[in-house]
Amino acid sequence: MPSAFKKALDSGKFIVTCEAAPSKGTNLEKMKHHIELLKDKVDAMNVTDHQSSVMRYPSLGGAILVKELGGEPILQMTCRDRNRMALQADLLFASSRGVNNVLCLTGDSVMLGDHKQAKPVFDLDSSQLVAAVRTMEKGRDMAGNELDGGVRFCAGAIVTPEANPIEPQLIKFEKKLEAGAEFIQTQAVYDMENFKKFMEYARQFPVKILAGIILLTSAPMARFMNKNVAGVRVPEELIDEMASAPKGGALNKGIEIAGRMVRQIKEEKICDGVHIMAIGKEEKVVDIMQAAGLL
Amino acid sequence: MIRSITQIKPLEEIERLLEGLGRVFIIGCGTCATLTQTGGSPEVEAMKGQLSEKGKVITGVTVVPVACDHLTGQILNDIATPLKQADALLVMSCAFGVQTIAHQMGKTVIPALNTLFIGRETGAGEFNESCNQCGTCVIGETGGICPVTACHKGLVNGPCGGTNNGKCEIDSDKDCAWTAIYNRLTQLGRLDSMRRYQKPRNHLGEPSPGKFRIPV
Repeated sequence: MPSAFKKALDSGKFIVTCEAAPSKGTNLEKMKHHIELLKDKVDAMNVTDHQSSVMRYPSLGGAILVKELGGEPILQMTCRDRNRMALQADLLFASSRGVNNVLCLTGDSVMLGDHKQAKPVFDLDSSQLVAAVRTMEKGRDMAGNELDGGVRFCAGAIVTPEANPIEPQLIKFEKKLEAGAEFIQTQAVYDMENFKKFMEYARQFPVKILAGIILLTSAPMARFMNKNVAGVRVPEELIDEMASAPKGGALNKGIEIAGRMVRQIKEEKICDGVHIMAIGKEEKVVDIMQAAGLL
Repeated sequence: MIRSITQIKPLEEIERLLEGLGRVFIIGCGTCATLTQTGGSPEVEAMKGQLSEKGKVITGVTVVPVACDHLTGQILNDIATPLKQADALLVMSCAFGVQTIAHQMGKTVIPALNTLFIGRETGAGEFNESCNQCGTCVIGETGGICPVTACHKGLVNGPCGGTNNGKCEIDSDKDCAWTAIYNRLTQLGRLDSMRRYQKPRNHLGEPSPGKFRIPV
């Protein structure tokens, strides 16, 4: 049976996904709070996999938690920490626990996180992980051995529309689609005109695209991302707009901007939905959705 | 020419490795370690000075022409006395040289260098890793640039999302292998080979430890 998220994708409605970030430790109260707050307002919640290479509660544990609390999880899986055996085993585990959406990622370098001396794995890349999911759905593992009890996933991947140069990125994007990605969640986009150009290209492929929206919390945060986060480019006008907010009002300005972008994407039917990342401020997703006229 | 690229270990680590070994003979290497300025004559002399200051007795120093060569043992045997007097041989060569000397001399051997990679000299004083001997060469489809080595993550199907203006996410001084491959293949009119999906790699080209015999 297709997952609830897959059904939502196929329904043609405007899709909204957000993130649930696992905790550093076993205290899951904050994550539970975010799940309870958002599970009925969004179509699915991505559970991040040691985001930014910082060791945390596992994404699979978090995805099961979302499921247990009545939400629809998208399991994020990176290729950074597990070889093909461990990745396949976790896909079996996920499937057996009703976690049926997976986002396949390469993963950040371990050097960017908090265990800089750890051994990086990268046995597979993101397109090969998508292909592995499709292979397993046919009842066999990557080595060709028969599975006793199969899996079914709605599998997705990511793309960075602001990457420079863009062409190598698009070749990889097409490989992910050929491997069987059904949906794409993009890296953050802020320049709608540039994103529209990307969508003109992407529309030729039968894949659902959710635009990445990262909540801006201050002008310095926007500048920090421009300097330090690959593939993210906040235009100067938006940074100026953030800076123009009254003292103590930057977050509200960020919510207003995010809401405005979501509204524009929906009204102009630029793509199929949005993936809202409110990094650390997940409760603000509700405000962004309200600002966008979605609630 | 391929070169073994090395870096001098922190002095504290060398001191720790030499704990309880008061008399030291220092051996440099006249090939790669001389080129990288990590184990040539000036570095051997500097090490002698530093260790003497720390109270070590330096029984002698030498720079052998090629530490990893079989002849190294004979050369060292010619300077038998100061070598025999030493509690340990401190070797300022790559790990190939250290292992050759350990095997030939039957004495405690301490490496003074870390071996970083096998690379090429690509500019004055600049060395880059271009092959990590994976045993399953893929560069026939990547314009002669190795993604297994030159991409931080060893990706074979294109760049990750961390690529930024042609540079790698871990270091803006390191080139993104896939930007370079894309540019090279574009020049060659062979971009189609980058579009081809590459299956997961065979990580057992030669199971570690590598061993090869010429077939008879």
